[in-house]
Amino acid sequence: MNLLATQALAKSFGDNRAVDAVDFNVSEGEVLALIGSNGAGKTTLVNLVSGLLQPDSGQIIFAGADVTRQSSYERIKVGIARSFQIVNLFDQLSCADNIALSIFSREGKTAKLISLAGSDRAVWDEAHDVLRRFGLDRQMAVPAGTISHGERKLLDVAVAYALRPKLLFLDEPTSGVSTREKAPIMDVVTSIVRSGGITVVIIEHDMDIVFRYSERIVVMHQGSILADGTPDEIRRNDAVTTTLIGSYPTGEPVQGGTGHAGS
Amino acid sequence: MSMGAVTASSKVSTTVRVGAWIVPAAALLLAAPFVIDPFQTLTLTYGLIAAIGALGFNLLLGYTGLLSFGHSAFFGGGAYTVAFLVKYLKIASMELFLAGSVLASALLSVLFGYVCVRYTRIFFGILTLALSQVLWSLAFKFFWVTGGTDGLRVPTPTLLGAAPTDDKMDFLVHRYYFYVLAVFAVCVLLMWVIVHSPFGKALQAIRDNETRAEFIGIRIRRYRLIAFVISGIFTGVAGALWAPLNGLASPDILVWTFSGEIVFMTVLGGFRTFVGPIVGAVAFTYLKTYAVGFTVYWQLLLGTVLVALVLVLPTGIMGAVEQLASKWKRAS
Repeated sequence: MNLLATQALAKSFGDNRAVDAVDFNVSEGEVLALIGSNGAGKTTLVNLVSGLLQPDSGQIIFAGADVTRQSSYERIKVGIARSFQIVNLFDQLSCADNIALSIFSREGKTAKLISLAGSDRAVWDEAHDVLRRFGLDRQMAVPAGTISHGERKLLDVAVAYALRPKLLFLDEPTSGVSTREKAPIMDVVTSIVRSGGITVVIIEHDMDIVFRYSERIVVMHQGSILADGTPDEIRRNDAVTTTLIGSYPTGEPVQGGTGHAGS
Repeated sequence: MSMGAVTASSKVSTTVRVGAWIVPAAALLLAAPFVIDPFQTLTLTYGLIAAIGALGFNLLLGYTGLLSFGHSAFFGGGAYTVAFLVKYLKIASMELFLAGSVLASALLSVLFGYVCVRYTRIFFGILTLALSQVLWSLAFKFFWVTGGTDGLRVPTPTLLGAAPTDDKMDFLVHRYYFYVLAVFAVCVLLMWVIVHSPFGKALQAIRDNETRAEFIGIRIRRYRLIAFVISGIFTGVAGALWAPLNGLASPDILVWTFSGEIVFMTVLGGFRTFVGPIVGAVAFTYLKTYAVGFTVYWQLLLGTVLVALVLVLPTGIMGAVEQLASKWKRAS
């Protein structure tokens, strides 16, 4: 069953058709990778679905309901969450605060004025649990602005995860992270979201990561969907290999390599 | 270590830390009128009142990341509300003054906030400045209502139904001082709870990263508006307490330079800490009182202090104290 379906979704910036009549479907429970060269329209597509941008035309159907005109706030409430390509955290607040805010928000408690945030044990226990699962429990009381880049990338995902979304967009969860750190981050992230039954769409440039962690791959090129299939199908797709110069022509991905799509 | 133990121990240490501050501070404030001379007590009263206003102001600057240059509107609004209640309704009760100023500043800040919170940074600052100047020009021009530049006289009020004593100075430095101190204590407690509530955390999230705040489901514009209104009410209450002490509500407290003073005292104390605005407001009040007495060029003196402050203590008095404390802690 489709959890998310866009119908002829379009968005232009001036003459540039960033997303051009795209029909993009995500099935419930899958881990899908959205790939394509820079400027292919991946992030714009995510921005449209998450509500950061309004489409020029087309529809967004989420869990059977039309959310095209809903605000980002309403979309979060129905279960669409995202992380950001450039880390977006509450830098002066502690890591635990960063997670607790998602929990407070999810439970509709952020409007509480006359109660101490610190006294809500259930929230902090859960925040600590989330941090522990992401391997960040030692940084619990440390301001989010002072932890390492790799940890920040994880925390960024954890903040979105703590909203307990149905659909989670991860916009380049390993960008700017050293090759050696990428796989551990992805291991943590995918195991957590799988165990939580969360449907995930990963935008990623690193082909090793894409082929290793995704169940389905959607390739975008110049605002349109070029190909859609399993990792094996995509690897054998000639259109994809000719478009994304520099990626794998055939065969198995090189473990630990640095293959980048079209960049 | 379990989560429970962590919270429990941090809670205990927080209580100890807060207590180590509050107990001596409260004792000093309670003893002050019996120890220091009346003039000093008067200055301290002005300082505590300014502190309430600065606390309100800092909910926006320190916790929500919005620099208002129009808080004179709420301070003046509170003071003029008192003056109007005296002049037109012949009211003399301080409790009614406070209730009236809460209502009036809430109304005013909803109106201003509705316009201003659509913007942030410099645009927000300029809008608050412009709107407050509108209020100032109204007070200035509608002299038959507001008394113009002469302002409106505010007599000493009744406190909890008790009529003021004949000796005005004695009344102000004793009964009125303790009244102000009580309101101040309530305001500090209330603000402390607000900034430590889930709502307060949400404001800090908006301050740090509004895009992300929006994407964890916080309605940023609405929350900014609520913060703006709370901030306006606190500053309005300060204005209401100020009016009987000063004996006069005049347009000087509506003009934008007065907003600048509120900004100054908050930065002086340190807007990154909770107590910073309180310390800054009291320090500023003393500084200004003595600067005015010392030289006619007091504004020059204050300006110099501000420049020195930004260069030497960029985090304000309390920021510097915290840095010293953490250095000392590491050394020991």
